Amino acid sequence: MKLTVWTYEGPPHVGAMRVATGMTGLHYVLHAPQGDTYADLLFTMIERRNHRPPVTYTTFQARDLGADTAYLFKDAAIAAYERFKPEAMIVGASCTAELIQDDPGGLAETLGLPIPAIPLELPSYQRKENFGADETFFQIVRHLAKPMEKTARVTANLIGPTGLGFRHRDDIVEVTGLLMDMGIEVNVVAPMPASPSEIAKMGQAHFNVLMYPETAETAARYMEREFGQPYTKTVPIGVGATRDFVAEAAKLASVEPVLDESRLRLPWYSASVDSTYLTGKRVFLFGDGTHVAACARIARDEMGFEVVGMGCYNREQARMLRGLAKEYGVEALITDDYLEVERRVEELAPELILGTQMERHIGKRLGIPCAVISAPVHVQDFPARYSPQMGIEGANVIFDTWVHPLVMGLEEHLLTMFREDFEFHDDAGASHHGHKAKLREIGLTESKEKETVLPEPAQMSSGPVEIVWLPTAEKELKKIPFFVRGKAKRNTETFASERGVQEISVDTLYEAKAHYAR
Amino acid sequence: MTEQFSPPPSRGCSNTPVLKQRGQHEVFCGLTGIIWLHRKMQDAFFLVVGSRTCAHLLQSAAGVMIFAEPRFATAILEETDLAGMADAQQELDRVVSSLLERRPDIKQLFLVGSCPSEVIKLDLAKAAERMSAQFAPNVRVLSYSGSGIETTFTQGEDACLAAMVPVLPPTDARELLLVGALPDVVEEQAIGLLEAMGIGPIRVLPASRVNDEYGIGGNTLYALTQPFLTDTHEALQRRGANHIAAPFPFGEEGTTQWLRAIADQFGVSDAKFAEVTDAPRARARKAVSQASEALRGKSVFFFPDSQLEIPLARFLTRECGMEAIEVGAPFIHKAVMTPDLDLLAEGPVIAEGQDVDKQLDRCRATAPDLTVCGLGLANPLEAVGLTTKWAIELVFTPVHFYEQAGDLAGLFSRPVRRRSLLNLEAAE
Repeated sequence: MKLTVWTYEGPPHVGAMRVATGMTGLHYVLHAPQGDTYADLLFTMIERRNHRPPVTYTTFQARDLGADTAYLFKDAAIAAYERFKPEAMIVGASCTAELIQDDPGGLAETLGLPIPAIPLELPSYQRKENFGADETFFQIVRHLAKPMEKTARVTANLIGPTGLGFRHRDDIVEVTGLLMDMGIEVNVVAPMPASPSEIAKMGQAHFNVLMYPETAETAARYMEREFGQPYTKTVPIGVGATRDFVAEAAKLASVEPVLDESRLRLPWYSASVDSTYLTGKRVFLFGDGTHVAACARIARDEMGFEVVGMGCYNREQARMLRGLAKEYGVEALITDDYLEVERRVEELAPELILGTQMERHIGKRLGIPCAVISAPVHVQDFPARYSPQMGIEGANVIFDTWVHPLVMGLEEHLLTMFREDFEFHDDAGASHHGHKAKLREIGLTESKEKETVLPEPAQMSSGPVEIVWLPTAEKELKKIPFFVRGKAKRNTETFASERGVQEISVDTLYEAKAHYAR
Repeated sequence: MTEQFSPPPSRGCSNTPVLKQRGQHEVFCGLTGIIWLHRKMQDAFFLVVGSRTCAHLLQSAAGVMIFAEPRFATAILEETDLAGMADAQQELDRVVSSLLERRPDIKQLFLVGSCPSEVIKLDLAKAAERMSAQFAPNVRVLSYSGSGIETTFTQGEDACLAAMVPVLPPTDARELLLVGALPDVVEEQAIGLLEAMGIGPIRVLPASRVNDEYGIGGNTLYALTQPFLTDTHEALQRRGANHIAAPFPFGEEGTTQWLRAIADQFGVSDAKFAEVTDAPRARARKAVSQASEALRGKSVFFFPDSQLEIPLARFLTRECGMEAIEVGAPFIHKAVMTPDLDLLAEGPVIAEGQDVDKQLDRCRATAPDLTVCGLGLANPLEAVGLTTKWAIELVFTPVHFYEQAGDLAGLFSRPVRRRSLLNLEAAE
């Protein structure tokens, strides 16, 4: 039994729903009690889909459990076939139905439906949403796709996009464009928005572009083995990764690598002097393994940030991320417990969090800016405008998105210069963010500060020795602008504890500052 | 103010045959009620014993995450818990002990059953008894089921309140008990009106803190403020308390009749009743007539959702000039619904339970001007050109009593007005 407050991933049948809802002409018959239909609103509300997910829930009730629930499943499957006339069906159980062991796969087989009915075994008490999506897509491919003669012209399948995916809609457009520029045609994009009959034709592509390992890696490996289709290992998020991806795809297709960089702005924006203030900003990354790995590279190599920590919530990527974290000289945090993530963020005191909607809340609570880089998604992660993460435009979008939560470059200078000013002060926040600035009462600054100096020295218990801030040092710390104060505090404490200094004075603060100067 | 309502219909819907179809239900389970119950009972913690699906539902139903540490969580059953029962009870003890250690502010803990915990027959009542003894007197532990195999959406609140009734101490005092978790502003208005008529003492179930509780007995009179509290109603009957039957306090008419029924029990004179209610009644009437302008002559179709459908259909047809085509409710409990059914003129299909695909066929065929439905259906119906009001807002927004009557009409008229405002044609 595990106590859970918020979850990063839903149950595995929600992953199966993401596959089914992304596809067309497929129907999912789910053995489930009433209430499990809540999952429909993820798609109709968060993603603003204009149709119901193609899912029929058998809706068994307590009074059915004593009798026969299997007939409910059979009736629901027949009714769903007759009403929706899908090209294929997937059948399975949600967590509760798994316990009553009706075997939806076996039952569906006895119905003699004229379409394929693909059984799903998704262990609800062991696995989660990403596994559910990956396994479902794999089963669909395994049942419907067959080895075929390759197309005359060089083609690729794009695999991984699903319903409720983080920017999947726009990434498909961007990656299609990258391939087209090299004369590589797209054969099938799956699971979203393919139909079962299109899945059947996947075998004719020359190779697969694995866009999201979370949802399509098992299928990619299967197709490599069965259809002789190699798949791309680079996820084209960021400038460097996009260049690598183009080289990799060109090699698989035996064509010349071509990348149109005429619209690419990230490198110049990052080099321009206004971006100097981004130098060495300490960032913490958390999300799904794929997005975190890609964003760590952008953060370090393309934005000039310092990566101080990273982690992912999906165990499936733990190994990859641990290896990567080692390269960055940090320890990977693999957990699906957001309280643990919050503790790590608090410990590291980064200046920017690149995370999920969960970390956005953590950042809000701790006063740390946050940009969203990964699922789990929120209605805001489905913007009306074109907003990919992949390819050239993806890199531009990422630059804007990551810089937005920060105080602007020139404004940072002004805040430092006028930090005691009644308008330009710490509590005022960044000027381009929409909340009302709090003006400071003129003339009261000094006396107020005296009041706010802690009556007892602040204690720090994380080190082997207790470190105490003397009131004067505490006051001096407050004069440091808010967006670097956390870093200054942490650096000073580390500096003190390394030297066995137990009391931090104003001198300690400035010695530490000199020590860490870059 | 004299009675200015239209006369009750010659034939109401009490005896209308109810359409019952068996099929897919598109509703939440009872766990959803935790979202508002935990705000109402400020020293309570709700621990769902369930699966990852339960945790995901609570997070998704809340729409946005209520940050900080919320006063609810899920103890997710894992493979090892499903192997043996003794194990699961011990595991629950471990989870609860560490939770209570970390949250000394918790005075009442609800163990909430879910579909999986019911199916594996994990005895939460026994666990609650054991823990109550262990943690008394600091923490009271109760249990109820919010599972989807037993409860629909608002029935979760019903199950929770019903679980609180047996532990209330006995009393012979003649007191009025208002039953239902209402937003504070609304609750205070109701109490204000009743006290102004000289009625009291007034108690509320659920009380906002465990220490605010009171006794119950043969002299207790109670009025339900929500139509879904049928198990609580029965639990109160078992304690000998007396039900004041009335239409539910939505709109000017419902509020007046509800207050009148209580006032009659407490011997309030007509003059006193008029003195207290005339001004707010006039305000409510004015507000409703303004807010319902866009609704007059329009038709409405209710999918079953919150159990408020029948009283709201009564409000929309009698006070807002709408015509009801179908009124679907998750279940219809005649003992508490009859006063509203009596006022709802014969005509609409009255449906209980659901086969959502068939109901969608009927809805599209009749093309109502306004469809009241859950979040899973709203956007798909909008996309085929129907105007919708998503029902969950009716549960999360203050809509009871006089001062909110205009807001209630506004919730329905806003989508209708919005559709007429949007104009994307070229100007030419």
